[in-house]
Amino acid sequence: MVEQNLRFRTDEPVGDPAVTVDAFADQSNATAVRIEPGDDARALLPHLDRIALVEVNFPAYTDGRGYSAARILREHGYAGELRAVGDVLVDQLSHMRRCGFDSFAPQQPISTAAAEKAFATWPDVYQKTVDGRPAVWAKRHG
Amino acid sequence: MKIITGSDLRTGDVIWWTGEGWSRHVNDAVEAGEHAEAIIARENAKQIVTDTQVIEATHTAEGVRPAHIKDRIRALGPTVRLDLSLKPSDPAAGNWVI
Amino acid sequence: MYQYDSYDQSLVDARVAEFRDQVERRLAGDITEDQFKPLRLKNGLYLQLHAYMLRVAVPYGTLNSRQMRMLGDIADKYDRGYGHFTTRQNIQYNWIKLEDAPDILADLASVEMHAIQTSGNCIRNTTSDQYAGAAADELVDPRPYAELLRQWSTFHPEFDYLPRKFKIAIIGSDTDRAAMKLHDIGIQLVKNDAGEIGCKFFVGGGMGRTPMIAPVIGDFVNPLQMISYLEACLRVYNRYGRRDNKYKARIKILVHEIGADEYRRQVEEEFAHILTLGLEPPAAELERIKGFFEQPGFETGLPDDLDLSDPDFALWVDQNTHAHKQPGYAIATIALKPVGGIPGDATADQIRLMADLAKDYSFDELRVTHAQNIVLPHVRKADLYTLWQKLDAAGLGSANLDLIGDIIACPGLDYCSLANARSIPVAQKISERFADLGRQRDLGELKLKISGCINACGHHHAGHIGILGVDRKGVENYQLLLGGSEGADTSLGQITGPGFNEDGIVDAVEKATEVYLANRKDGERLLDTYRRIGMAPFKEAIYG
Repeated sequence: MVEQNLRFRTDEPVGDPAVTVDAFADQSNATAVRIEPGDDARALLPHLDRIALVEVNFPAYTDGRGYSAARILREHGYAGELRAVGDVLVDQLSHMRRCGFDSFAPQQPISTAAAEKAFATWPDVYQKTVDGRPAVWAKRHG
Repeated sequence: MKIITGSDLRTGDVIWWTGEGWSRHVNDAVEAGEHAEAIIARENAKQIVTDTQVIEATHTAEGVRPAHIKDRIRALGPTVRLDLSLKPSDPAAGNWVI
Repeated sequence: MYQYDSYDQSLVDARVAEFRDQVERRLAGDITEDQFKPLRLKNGLYLQLHAYMLRVAVPYGTLNSRQMRMLGDIADKYDRGYGHFTTRQNIQYNWIKLEDAPDILADLASVEMHAIQTSGNCIRNTTSDQYAGAAADELVDPRPYAELLRQWSTFHPEFDYLPRKFKIAIIGSDTDRAAMKLHDIGIQLVKNDAGEIGCKFFVGGGMGRTPMIAPVIGDFVNPLQMISYLEACLRVYNRYGRRDNKYKARIKILVHEIGADEYRRQVEEEFAHILTLGLEPPAAELERIKGFFEQPGFETGLPDDLDLSDPDFALWVDQNTHAHKQPGYAIATIALKPVGGIPGDATADQIRLMADLAKDYSFDELRVTHAQNIVLPHVRKADLYTLWQKLDAAGLGSANLDLIGDIIACPGLDYCSLANARSIPVAQKISERFADLGRQRDLGELKLKISGCINACGHHHAGHIGILGVDRKGVENYQLLLGGSEGADTSLGQITGPGFNEDGIVDAVEKATEVYLANRKDGERLLDTYRRIGMAPFKEAIYG
């Protein structure tokens, strides 16, 4: 059971434990699923409407597969909670947010203040992604 | 013999454990002894040294000689810029490395 | 060349602030070295043999005199009076202190420079042709596209923790002066029969332990979909590149293992999805950037002929200048390869001199080349003589571009903690053996490249003659390779046989040149003779 730490959503958190991607297909009642680095996030696409929480595991922060998993889910319209768990340092928070994560359960606790400061690292962004921030090129050309 | 070496955290200077502290000169290096890992852990925690390791070395007439050429180059400086090494006035200093 | 607007500036400034904070946390012990290392690598800061090393980005190898001057000042203020130009068009400083690094980044930011993503498992500096925007054979100037690429790849949130480093090169001519097919992604701007420009994508090239030439993955990608296509290529790599083995983690391994066709299929699938997301910068952005790369105000009606009565000047013109697209102008290469010198090194004074010369003679522009030289891209022919005299007086007048004396060498075991053998002393000895310029010119175009370890930062696989330093039971040993090439006819060098000690490799190189001289025909280079007669005659002469 992963301890919830930082959450940037206004709705009620999901209480159910997250099941694995493999198990999820067989469990029509499950609303929370956990993606490991080697899982294919697209396996969840047919079921997005019944998922309220996706946990993406980062066993080592240097394994960046979870960023693609998160972004893919958001690109396909997933609107539930998207949580980064595991080896998550304050230095990864800004990029994780930009890839669609809206909650974080790091092994080493991060204060809300440090997280807010991390999210404010970039006054502007060069790329359009799923976080709704306009890319610099959009600002340049209206 | 086994000696302890690392890099000064702030400056990146090559340093050698003398038994009491850290020196930039390999001839000041002492036998690490059985407590090498404890020394390394303690010194790392002080945030003065990084990339700390135990390496092999021998005693020679000239002093302490690291076993591996890479550590000998660390001990001296770049052989192609002896003016920037620890022996800027010795044109033959590079021979010690080989 | 490109100039930052307030958005670009605020981003490099934000990076400086982020890194300053990370260094403070490290020095206070709030994060461990294991946690800090990937963060400092993303700012180009390595811990090397003698000190920290900082790799500063020179985006697509282009900089102006103000920036070059700052590079010289940094060498004096924070380092030990010199810098090293690299095989990826960057500059490295070897004697940096961690506690100074944030201030150095701040100084760089003040002249629109940075060290962002010059190391680490992320997208590195995009390199290009050092003659871009000047060469007569250019189809399209690749640099506006390179700048678009730079911005897209900077702080890209999805691709900051790739399986391994990622290097992109982009060119705009058939002549490949950027070793484009030996990159993770190489892009060639081409024209189709309708006269439209497209991006030809080569994916999966590289050197190192398993050198590979990149296959074509995208034949003709619309330049206004270039970013979306790149996203697709990178996403497939980020998801499926190997992470179990550091030596099998580059994209070349993925493309090789699943096959180019399967990789292309996955990219096309992802590309189709990404096109629905509207991620591509608008055409107006590319046009805006192109505006910075318009031709400088060339004079017309300038004399195209030169007074070559000074024989040393004549040699330098013949060897070190290249045809410019504008009559009356030339592209001049400053070779940082004096006899017996350290390839690619320049003192702070030399760097500042080159900055001044660029301002006076080259429309305030310089380039860094993959061969560790400096280019002044737009020099009036009428100014060449004065320019050369000033270069010569400063020890920058070597007339050996692309000759055997124009050696490419990594820093090797004298500086680099990854190295197995020293490379610079070998370069110096070969340079001295072949010091005679007449002898060099007789040997002709001969690209000799030296790496001090299998990571191949010296690009030895792509050398007509390549040398690889290895560790043989604690003793330095050198393997000889022949037949590599980085141009349109990209090929990988083949090992001749058992290795040599330092003196032995110099002799072996000399023997190889003798075999070439004995067998060459009709204007062949050593590379051509080798390709025609094969390895056997060389092997026989070298090993007897």
